[in-house]
Amino acid sequence: MTSKAYKNPGQTLLFILIALFMLSFLVIPVVKVFYVAFIDVNTGNLTLVNFLDFFNTSLFQESFFNSFYVAGMSVIVATIISLPLAYFTTRFEFKGSVIIQSLGFVPLIMPPFVGAVAMQLLFGSNGSVNLLMDEYFGFTIPFMEGLNGVIFVQSIHYFPFILINLSTSLNNIDRSMEESAQNLGSHGMRLFRRIVFPLAMPGYVAGASLVFLKVFDDLGTPLLLNVNNMLAPQAYLRISSIGIDDPMGYVIAVILVVFSLFAMWVASLALKGKDYSTVQKGGGGLAKRKMRFWEKVIAYTIVIIILLAVLSPHLGLTLLSFGSIWSYSVLPDGFTPEHYVSIFEETPEFMVNTLIYASMAATIDIILGTAIAYLVLRSKIRFRHWLDYTAMAALAVPGLVLGIGYLRTFLGMSIPFGDMPLATWWVMLVIALSIRRLPYALRACTSALHQVSRSLEEAAENLGANKTKTIYRIVVPLMSGGILAGFVTSFATAAVELSATIMLVSSESDAPLSYGIYVYMQSAAGRGAGAALGMVAVVIVATGTYFSHRIIEKGRRERSLENNS
Amino acid sequence: MPPLQTHSVGIELKNIDLSYGNTRVIKDVSLSIKQGEFFAFLGPSGCGKSTLLRLIAGFEHCQKGQVFLGDEEVSALPPWKRQVGMVFQNYALWPHMTIYKNVAFGLEERKLPKNEINQRVKDVLELVGLQDYAERRPNQLSGGQQQRVALARTLVIEPKVLLLDEPLSNLDATLRVHMRQELLELQRKLSLTTIFVTHDQEEANTTADRIAVLKDGIVQQIGAPMELYDHPDNLFVAQFLGSANVIQGTLSKQSNYTLFDDGKGMQISLQSSDIEGSKSIVLRPQNLALCEAESNTADLQGQVKIREFLGNIVRYEIQVGRQQLIVDEMYSFDNVPAETGSTVGLTINNDKIIIM
Repeated sequence: MTSKAYKNPGQTLLFILIALFMLSFLVIPVVKVFYVAFIDVNTGNLTLVNFLDFFNTSLFQESFFNSFYVAGMSVIVATIISLPLAYFTTRFEFKGSVIIQSLGFVPLIMPPFVGAVAMQLLFGSNGSVNLLMDEYFGFTIPFMEGLNGVIFVQSIHYFPFILINLSTSLNNIDRSMEESAQNLGSHGMRLFRRIVFPLAMPGYVAGASLVFLKVFDDLGTPLLLNVNNMLAPQAYLRISSIGIDDPMGYVIAVILVVFSLFAMWVASLALKGKDYSTVQKGGGGLAKRKMRFWEKVIAYTIVIIILLAVLSPHLGLTLLSFGSIWSYSVLPDGFTPEHYVSIFEETPEFMVNTLIYASMAATIDIILGTAIAYLVLRSKIRFRHWLDYTAMAALAVPGLVLGIGYLRTFLGMSIPFGDMPLATWWVMLVIALSIRRLPYALRACTSALHQVSRSLEEAAENLGANKTKTIYRIVVPLMSGGILAGFVTSFATAAVELSATIMLVSSESDAPLSYGIYVYMQSAAGRGAGAALGMVAVVIVATGTYFSHRIIEKGRRERSLENNS
Repeated sequence: MPPLQTHSVGIELKNIDLSYGNTRVIKDVSLSIKQGEFFAFLGPSGCGKSTLLRLIAGFEHCQKGQVFLGDEEVSALPPWKRQVGMVFQNYALWPHMTIYKNVAFGLEERKLPKNEINQRVKDVLELVGLQDYAERRPNQLSGGQQQRVALARTLVIEPKVLLLDEPLSNLDATLRVHMRQELLELQRKLSLTTIFVTHDQEEANTTADRIAVLKDGIVQQIGAPMELYDHPDNLFVAQFLGSANVIQGTLSKQSNYTLFDDGKGMQISLQSSDIEGSKSIVLRPQNLALCEAESNTADLQGQVKIREFLGNIVRYEIQVGRQQLIVDEMYSFDNVPAETGSTVGLTINNDKIIIM
């Protein structure tokens, strides 16, 4: 006779519901995009002809090359920015390290497309910097010409991914790694090349491939800089101007996903089996020494130059949002609060919609995140790991691709109890945002649940609480810090998502902030208001980032207190 | 032909003084270690033993004093020019290199020809019994194997001296005993001057020719293990090496013996000596023995508080007056031990009392 184990029907039901959600709103739309890319429009047969067309069209060839070039160059420029900063903080006792640490997250609180136009006013051919240089030195630098502009904006925006990863892996090298090499006769550059560099490499590659992925997929920045000969803008333009049936948009979507997967694969390859963090209790990090005077001068000069570059989008955006007219001049002609007044009076729906959409998306994320984390770590349902894998796979799906997938999948369907098209209903935008941000919320929830000891639940069950009661009274309260941090992160980043939004928004009254910024920035007259909206976005993301940081820190402190007592 | 040559030299430290900021970590330490000697730095954590070792390797800098390897003063040499082999507590094997690469590293730095590197790596891996593991990565080896690799990596450069920083502390108990025997055997075979840093007196006692006991950055005593055990210079050494009953009291000269009185009702007669006044005496637990309470050979009387059976011995804690004394008795087959709570007599082996 086989023994009967207690099976939990509630868990199975939950599993099925989540699986259906993921299937409907992630798997099917993406599969649909792939399917259309491989279908002959006329015959309906499977074919590679769309890809042949793509690579035989010179505009697409150029776009493909440009996307690749911009992503690659952004990685290089971001590396050039990160290397000296990482070097100063990990090798020296450097007071400027505090500045460098804040440099590591300041760019991340502003989505790159928000600052793009402001950067053009500062660094463009008629921007402040070039006007000044022309006047005093008689030459200009084409920072923002064509692809240069995209590379410049993206690399000062995304370099923190490299900086953070590189500094972390450098800090995780135990001093004994270096000392044992010295003990065996090695020092200086040779030691760096043979020991320090290889040990820091996995962290660097992980950061660099993330930068590549982000830049390669990005739609907003090239669009706002009016650089259209890249892959993501081409896909958007094809779908929005030629129509939902044009296969080229789908081909580009497939290419974007494939390269995202490739970048993620490179990152995981770099990290797999190479947990080189070797720090032992007590003695951590490489040996640091004090800087000599001239070293300090050089270090501070470099740090300040980078700081200025990093702060320039924020500075430019602030000037633009308060400036009356700013054209062919170093600074705006005058300053006025008028743009802020106008966005709050004329288009408050952008902000209201954003708050509604982002909070709904974040709520869905933490519910899904908690449920998936619980099922994966605590249930014994077969295939439960697939929920985790599927949710995380959303990382490789650019917002643009998800948007195209929704348009295509839900084409011709109407909203329940109405006759509006389903695909462009605002609820679909909320779902798209939640799918896009789910990976981050899920990781936050999973790590929170990891820290809840199993025995705490068993104690509750032993005292008579059933599974549901236990989750409700024990697990969720203990996870609350992590869940809250996940909520805030999802909220802040969903608030400024542009690429999925731009595909799915059908009317301005349904549109969120990011769409508003895009629309305003299209015309020279709207830039001031667009910048003011951008400032609102920056405030939302900055506040969100600050609180999630505080929540995580608080949780960490409390746990360390528990461990000490 | 032995696979490794050694050019072992002695080590001398002269008046070493080392501070971190305002904290003086090493206080005027001088000691000299003979060529081929197995020497241990023993002391509690924070006593400065590891700092002293790192100073010899060149990773610390002293404000005063000199370090000699053989006749050469090395105080000003950077670590990579000292030709000193050090095995780190965490082994510090580089995770991105294979075992072969790890071991070959030092030879490559010395720009030896490829075939010689090959041969020497092969030989040293054979010496530590890991010839089949050359292509593995450090994280694929057990703790004991990693330890051997760390040793091989150090020995292959034919260092002048070998420095071991708590090398056994990351191993489990059985392996620790095995590895310390292996270490000792290897050291004897190569007759390589070795310093072994440990906080474990058993490790130091079983391996070292001589031990320097350190506390608070000061050398308390230097000597062979048994010498330190039998003739400790101070209470710290007496208590750090083995268990000891330390009793404070006064000594006074009687007609043909010396009387010890702890002032709380315990009196012990000792062999006649000229020492008088306020002193401490140290009684090793095995120099006390139980007897019948009423026996006329009993020097003291007390009550059994705790009895622990440790296999080869039975350890008692006996309440005598206001003192608790530890007594170890050999256990042999079918012994009937004293019951907890019973009153017993104690005999003291008078000539093995240490007076401080």
